Order: sequence, then C-alpha cells, then structure tokens
Amino acid sequence: MSLAKPAMRGLLGKRLRFHLPIAFALPLVAAAAFKYGVTEPRKQAYANFYKQYDTTAEFNNIREAGVFESVRPTGK
Amino acid sequence: MVVRVLNLNQMLRLTAGRVGCLLSRRAVVGMTNSGARMSSHSHHEVSDQVDMSQPMYWDRLDTPLPDRAWIDVLDSKDKSLKQKEKGPWTALSKEEKIALYRLKFNHTYPEMKKPSHEWKTVIGGMFIFFGITGLVVFWQGHYVYPPQPHTFGEEWQAKQIQRMLDMRVNPIEGFSAKWDYKNKQWK
Repeated sequence: MSLAKPAMRGLLGKRLRFHLPIAFALPLVAAAAFKYGVTEPRKQAYANFYKQYDTTAEFNNIREAGVFESVRPTGK
Repeated sequence: MVVRVLNLNQMLRLTAGRVGCLLSRRAVVGMTNSGARMSSHSHHEVSDQVDMSQPMYWDRLDTPLPDRAWIDVLDSKDKSLKQKEKGPWTALSKEEKIALYRLKFNHTYPEMKKPSHEWKTVIGGMFIFFGITGLVVFWQGHYVYPPQPHTFGEEWQAKQIQRMLDMRVNPIEGFSAKWDYKNKQWK
C-alpha cells in the first residue's frame, strides 16, 4: 500500500509550459486561416468585379428596370 | 456558518416531511425560514433540528476534513480501538485501519462521487416542460397571432426579389452575385 509521492511543486509551471505555447499558436493559426480563407478571397472578388465593371452600362440597366427615382426609364 | 449542500434527491426527500434515521444528522436549515432554530409553528416539518452551533459533519469533495468525526458516540469496542490508535499505527491491522476510517468518515471519495440517476429526472422534466411549452406555443399561434402582413405573400415576395435584383443588392459576393443577369436565372 505504498504509492509514489505525488508532485508537490511546479504545478503551475508545468501547466503553463503546456498551455502557453498552444495559447499563442492557436490564435496565430486562427488569424492566418481567417486572413487567407476569408479576407484575401474577398479582396480578390472585389478586384475581379471592378476590373470588368462598365459603370455606364450598369447604370442604364438599372435605369431600365425602373428602380431609380431621379431618372425615369427611356421612353417615358 | 456551514450550510449543507443538498442535491435534488435529498431536497425532495426532506420536503416530504419525514426525517428518517439515515438523514438524522443532516441539516434541515435549507428548509427553514431562518438559520436559527424554529420552535413555534412548524412542528409539521421535523421534530428534531440540528444544532448549528455545534461542529458538523459533511461529505464534500472540496472540503475533505469535516469539523467532527462521523461517529462520535463510541461503544466500548470502538473506544478500545481508538485507544490502540494512540499507539504506533504499524501495530494496527488492515481491518482495524479500515474500521478507524469508517468511524471518522461516512463515505469514501469514490462513494461520494458515485453517479446517481438524477440526470434522468432532470432530462425527463426538461422534456416534459418543452412539450407543455410546445402546446402553449401552438395554441398561441392559432388563437392569439393576428393575420400575417400582406408582404409575406408569394406574389409580393417574388416582386420583392425582382426589385432587389434590379437594384443590384450585394452584386459582388452576396445576393445579386448569385443571379445570372444574361440568362435571367440563378447561377
């Protein structure tokens, strides 16, 4: 009935040595994942959209659909 | 003042009113109006109250050593064992050590941590109340709610979607981005 003496000291240090690297690594990984999974594709999507965006043509399309209040569709 | 923490089962048994011999040492404080002894009008509850000014016994995981031992009225056999405890402990046999432990403590830690069937009562009660709430909500939807606004109708919703597409709502990553303007259909 003789057990090994349990660890009496260094418990906090042991916990920190385990958890602190994880605590720093996980947020960095999360931030990198968000940057390259969300923000970079979003910036690309906006860049691509405006690369081939014809402002005047779109204006005329929306005007013909009749949603503007300042200009009526052509023909009225 | 130490108040004994009671679980659901113990609380149900105490409110039943009768204090059996198993519960005789447990505090009834949680059931009384004040912490002090009540002597006047609540004789229908329990006959003997625990004196809270005396050291109490408890089985708690977080406080391992109570103020008094479990059994403090010793018969002659226990008394002689306690005398033997005053000597070298290597002279005690295994059974005597266990008997001394059982004099001092009611439950061991594994016995305290023993899982109960309380969760079934909790989950069952939860589902019962979910069901009653569901019935109430259904009745309410039928008898209380006013008619829906006209903007919820199929025709209005279709006109609304068409107007959103005409206005180019979120044309880059959102709503209108999913519509194919050339072929007049969803992508």
